Amino acid sequence: MLSLGSGGAKSSKPSFVSYVTPEEIKLEKDPQKKEKHPDLLPGEVVFCSANPILKYTQDDLSQRGVFGTLLCTNFRVAFISDDAPQEEMSKTFKNKLYGENDIPLMCVDHIYGVYDEKRKLITGGLVKNKCPSKMIIHCKDLRVFQFCLTFSKEEDAKRIFQGIAHHCLEEKSLKCVFAFSYLRSTNPDHGKSSRKCITRLDSKSEMLRKREAIMFDSPEDWTQEMKRTKAQCRLVTENENFELSQRLPQYFVIPSALGDLFNYQGKGLPIWCWSHHSGCALFKASFPSMTQEDGDFQSHLDTMITAVARNYLYSVKTEDLSESLPTLQDIQQSYNKFKQYFLIDNTTDFWLSDVKWFSSLESSGWLDIIRQCLQKAVEVVECLEKDNTNVLITEEEGTDLCCVISSLAQIMLDPYYRTLMGFQSLVQKEWVAGCHAFLDRCNHLHQKDKECHSPVFLLFLECVWQLVQQHSPAFQFSETYLTVLSDSVHVPIFSTFLFNSAHHRESVMKAESPIAQSRPLSCPTVWDWSVQFDSKAQNFFFNPLYSEKVKHERTVRRPHKHKHQRQLSLPSSAFKTPTKKGFFKDETDSLKKMLRVKRISRWMGSPDSPVVASKEFYESWQQRPLDYHGLLLPSLDGPSVRVWMQRYLRWIPEVHIMGGGSVAIMTKLMELLSQVEDLKRVLEQRDPSLATQPDHPPPLHHRLPSFGSSGRLSSSFPFTYSRNRSFKPIIPTGLMQSLMVADNLANQEDETS
Amino acid sequence: MEESASVDSVESLCSSTTTRSDRSSGPKLSDTELRSKGRPIEKMYKDPSKGELPLLPVELVQESAKDVTYICPFIGPIRGSLTVTNYRLFFRCTDREPVFGLDLPLGVLSRVEKIGAATGRGDVSYGLACKDMRNLRFVHKEPDDSLKKSVFEVLMKFAFPVSNNMSLFAFEYKQVFPENGWKVYDPLAECKRQGLPNESWRISKLNDHYELCDSYPATLVVPVTITDDELRRVSSFRAKGRIPVLSWIHPESQAAVVRSSQPMVGQNGRRCKEDEKLLQAIMDANAQSHKLFIFDARPSVNAAANKMKGGGFESEDAYQNAELVFLDIHNIHVMRESLRKLKEVVYPNIEESHWLSNLESTHWLEHIKLILAGALRIADKVESGKTSVVVHCSDGWDRTAQLTSLALIMLDSHYRTIRGFQILVEKEWLSFGHRFQQRVGHGDKNHTDVDRSPIFLQFIDCVWQMTRQFPAAFEFNEYFLITILDHLYSCLFGTFLCNSEQQRLKEEIPKRTVSLWSFVNSQLEEFVNPLYVHYSSHVLFPTVGIRHLQLWVSYYIRWNPRMRPQEPVHQRYKELLAKRAELQKRVEELQREVSSRTASSSSERAGSPTRSITPVQTFV
Repeated sequence: MLSLGSGGAKSSKPSFVSYVTPEEIKLEKDPQKKEKHPDLLPGEVVFCSANPILKYTQDDLSQRGVFGTLLCTNFRVAFISDDAPQEEMSKTFKNKLYGENDIPLMCVDHIYGVYDEKRKLITGGLVKNKCPSKMIIHCKDLRVFQFCLTFSKEEDAKRIFQGIAHHCLEEKSLKCVFAFSYLRSTNPDHGKSSRKCITRLDSKSEMLRKREAIMFDSPEDWTQEMKRTKAQCRLVTENENFELSQRLPQYFVIPSALGDLFNYQGKGLPIWCWSHHSGCALFKASFPSMTQEDGDFQSHLDTMITAVARNYLYSVKTEDLSESLPTLQDIQQSYNKFKQYFLIDNTTDFWLSDVKWFSSLESSGWLDIIRQCLQKAVEVVECLEKDNTNVLITEEEGTDLCCVISSLAQIMLDPYYRTLMGFQSLVQKEWVAGCHAFLDRCNHLHQKDKECHSPVFLLFLECVWQLVQQHSPAFQFSETYLTVLSDSVHVPIFSTFLFNSAHHRESVMKAESPIAQSRPLSCPTVWDWSVQFDSKAQNFFFNPLYSEKVKHERTVRRPHKHKHQRQLSLPSSAFKTPTKKGFFKDETDSLKKMLRVKRISRWMGSPDSPVVASKEFYESWQQRPLDYHGLLLPSLDGPSVRVWMQRYLRWIPEVHIMGGGSVAIMTKLMELLSQVEDLKRVLEQRDPSLATQPDHPPPLHHRLPSFGSSGRLSSSFPFTYSRNRSFKPIIPTGLMQSLMVADNLANQEDETS
Repeated sequence: MEESASVDSVESLCSSTTTRSDRSSGPKLSDTELRSKGRPIEKMYKDPSKGELPLLPVELVQESAKDVTYICPFIGPIRGSLTVTNYRLFFRCTDREPVFGLDLPLGVLSRVEKIGAATGRGDVSYGLACKDMRNLRFVHKEPDDSLKKSVFEVLMKFAFPVSNNMSLFAFEYKQVFPENGWKVYDPLAECKRQGLPNESWRISKLNDHYELCDSYPATLVVPVTITDDELRRVSSFRAKGRIPVLSWIHPESQAAVVRSSQPMVGQNGRRCKEDEKLLQAIMDANAQSHKLFIFDARPSVNAAANKMKGGGFESEDAYQNAELVFLDIHNIHVMRESLRKLKEVVYPNIEESHWLSNLESTHWLEHIKLILAGALRIADKVESGKTSVVVHCSDGWDRTAQLTSLALIMLDSHYRTIRGFQILVEKEWLSFGHRFQQRVGHGDKNHTDVDRSPIFLQFIDCVWQMTRQFPAAFEFNEYFLITILDHLYSCLFGTFLCNSEQQRLKEEIPKRTVSLWSFVNSQLEEFVNPLYVHYSSHVLFPTVGIRHLQLWVSYYIRWNPRMRPQEPVHQRYKELLAKRAELQKRVEELQREVSSRTASSSSERAGSPTRSITPVQTFV
């Protein structure tokens, strides 16, 4: 086991300066207390530490806490309690990379210093000032930590405070991200690293990973996907070395009608996303702003749109998402406001904010942005499903809201993407291979430039969560899976979220490889969940409510409508309303005009507003029996769009329902499921003819989370466990301020007789 | 798939009874099936011109009109026929697909009025405001108005029988059910369950003839150390004579939940030594604690204002060792107004972009939060503090009933069973004189009556909130709660008639009407929560933060076809139960087969492999 500070760091980074205090050196020699030190990851080095630091327990006002050591490494801020760890329960759902008192540096959102009872946001400038008495850390996964610095030596306190502030807040280069020192230590090429590796990046885990998601980094993956959706498009391999464009994937698919027209760095190039079984397809494209009056470019665009139209029955609808949806800055601002309501420092704040809860939520606008995205995705789905027209969604970069909308539309239309494997493949296809600028959007490097930061991927997960909570049996993965995925974005180990594009990843990985000539560094993807969780914990990713389809492959593409309706709808969409919805090949001269007026026309131009039209679409869908393996639409009415309780409320003790929440249901379901599985097995043993096909999925009970013995689990399970055994109710304070009944009714005679 | 689609389409969009038009819950049922399920037994009324109407045995068609337009706020005007019986209103439109129907008991109507006298062609248009969160509007297209006017008059007559000196339909409805719901609650049996009487508490016969307090039950549990004479003196000191009596006693700590009305302290600070002695006796009955908590449900300002009218609250000088806590719950008028606002926000249409702030402006969930928070504090004092509590508001029949019944649900798992919940309603609400007749206004056309208030609805809402937080802790499901609320207004059953136990006896309600529990307990499977786990002595402490409270969409917004409730968990659970049963059956069959094979092979008839399922003999 690695010991604190010097021991682990020396071998790989001799330049490391250790700030180990004398007490700690003493502790180190004390074998009994050794487990208090964090198990440093390969390549992790301790920058500084201080002891004793008091970490306040969040769940009471009394300002009590736990004494321990606070450390800052190149991976995390860690707090190690002096008390013996009272784990036991928490082992069921433990992250192998960081513990409950660890904050990966990338996960730190804001740091506040408390100076004379006043809370101040720490920015670069304030770091040099005197050390605050208390440090509050707000994390991107919404945890809040409060450390009292006054018990340790002043210089230690100052050093740890400055160290944490520096490493968490200062702009840094991608090279300094922990993933690279981690990789250098874990990669087999790197001879010196003989220490225990948490990931085994051997061929075996490579295989495992392949099964978890289709990576879309090879022509085969794309060909396979086209085959699956019966798409009639063309695979482009010319960008293998990013010669066409650095903003495009190595491999991608375009309408087959498109010739070799790779001008303008691939701008306006319609990238195929998905094909509907009718033949129409969804495309996305980057579009430069239309202000430039470049005639050539116009005709370039015309060609592109025509090519999309020719994909199926010469019909196409285009939608510029940057016009109808909020901008990246809007999204960023809204989320910043929204998350504040969940970063709660103390109980008093909690009950105060409880009073204005609904109007606060509304004023952040976050739920409304979610609604708008889902709404837009429903409109896209309607075009594909009902009108059978091709759809081309565009936006400036083509890798932000395009990813959100196209992924959502695919989840609604294609049950394959509602399986765990399918969902992960979808994220690979649309987001990772699709060149979403994760590094800039997540602001992993703490750049000061605010323009490009935006939680677009989180927005997508939020939208998926809405679908999951409304139609949970349709999804193989659980809410917990989505929550964990949203946390993993801020764990600087995975190649998935570290880069701005496929080209970026490729070039950085090559450059960072220790041996220049050898193959680039191989970095785990987030889909290799074994890096973070053991198989038992991974069981929580599966939704026990999922109504599995026996044969996936064959039935996935089954039409959702009655056959005769479908047949009728085909000619009508192509011929009856061509001027409104689509256009013919020989109308190309009007294309330019159409493009110019595109901003006001398109869907908006149709007599019904899109909202009304899609309401009708929703209602007619709603009247049909619900098929969890068919088309899935979200309800978007006010009460239906909700707060993702698990993600946002899991760390707030005031809202934990002791002994309640969905755990209670899940436990029962799990029990029953395993009974059913047992019975099935008994049957199979008795009657071999009933034995299932070789491709039979693994027995369900292997995938079901075990909730342990009943215990008093709270609604925030599996993320937190009840620490206080006393099991006391949380009584609200300050109720009186809450209700201001202004009118005179309150003063009326209480009860007449 | 085609078949199920057509069945589903029959489901009427805005059907009125508590049809669980939820397609995800349970098998698809046709319109009529949906109605007759969870609905008192009925016969079919056949009339070739009107089609089939499912009528109850003594239900008679009073009037009907063809060619009436129902202005549906969700799908627009619908033309069909309207029928009014002595119990309900039917509207049917069979020309459209899916068939559309409305079917509502007249008891839910709070107001019937003509709207916009003339549209030029002598059309009659009238609006019906309902107690169950909707408004209906009908228009007669035909100019000949002699017939249509009579429909309106018939409606006015049968919707408000009390105002027309007629009896409620409950007195005519004579359905016999396998179980007699009037026997569900036996006060002495309930006392016995709680271990009463014991060395500290006795059962007093003082109110046997409702002489001590006409709004209290006949059976009262009081401390043994207090004599009947003293109780009489206390009753003159407590508003409406509602003296502190026991509601519930903790099986281990002996901490008691006691309820009463406010003390008549007045401006001069009147005292009553018997009352002080009674409260001391209540405290002494619990050896675990030397303190007593008095929970006054009102905001302190209102409690103080009551002194002007002779009421008030216990002063801590007079009541040693007692601590007074105000729970800040507002009065019936504030609650009525809050519900009115809520109806505006949810019916007919929800404004999407301002939904949350609109919801907040109704304060409905904030009131729910305060009530739950109050009950939580009471339960906490009793359970964690092992301290006895006295709960009162002004008269002790509205907020007090809410608080004690909710605290009891938190404390005692018995009240979370279907029968236990019925007992709780019978005990804390009906026997302790919650003024149902006044608060609901059964059959009374005076819709502006200031005594009306959704106090019981709030209680059911709070229970629903708890069922959401503890999905496995309650034996009943959401449908059970909605059914209770529907029959709170329907006037089909006698359960919620009158204002007190005394009135119900005088009116011979148990003899002349059917209890709601007779109906409920005769088809329990409809109301069972499949996820229920019975934990005895398991206390529930709900989270009362508004973050965890939700608007009860499947009750308040159930008329909106876009807001169909979803119960995938229950659905999935039921599926699994069925699957398990099926598999168990197959395992048994196989077992039988195996045993029959061994039987046949042992008798050396191996030549014919018996594939028959008929068991020869079963060895299990």
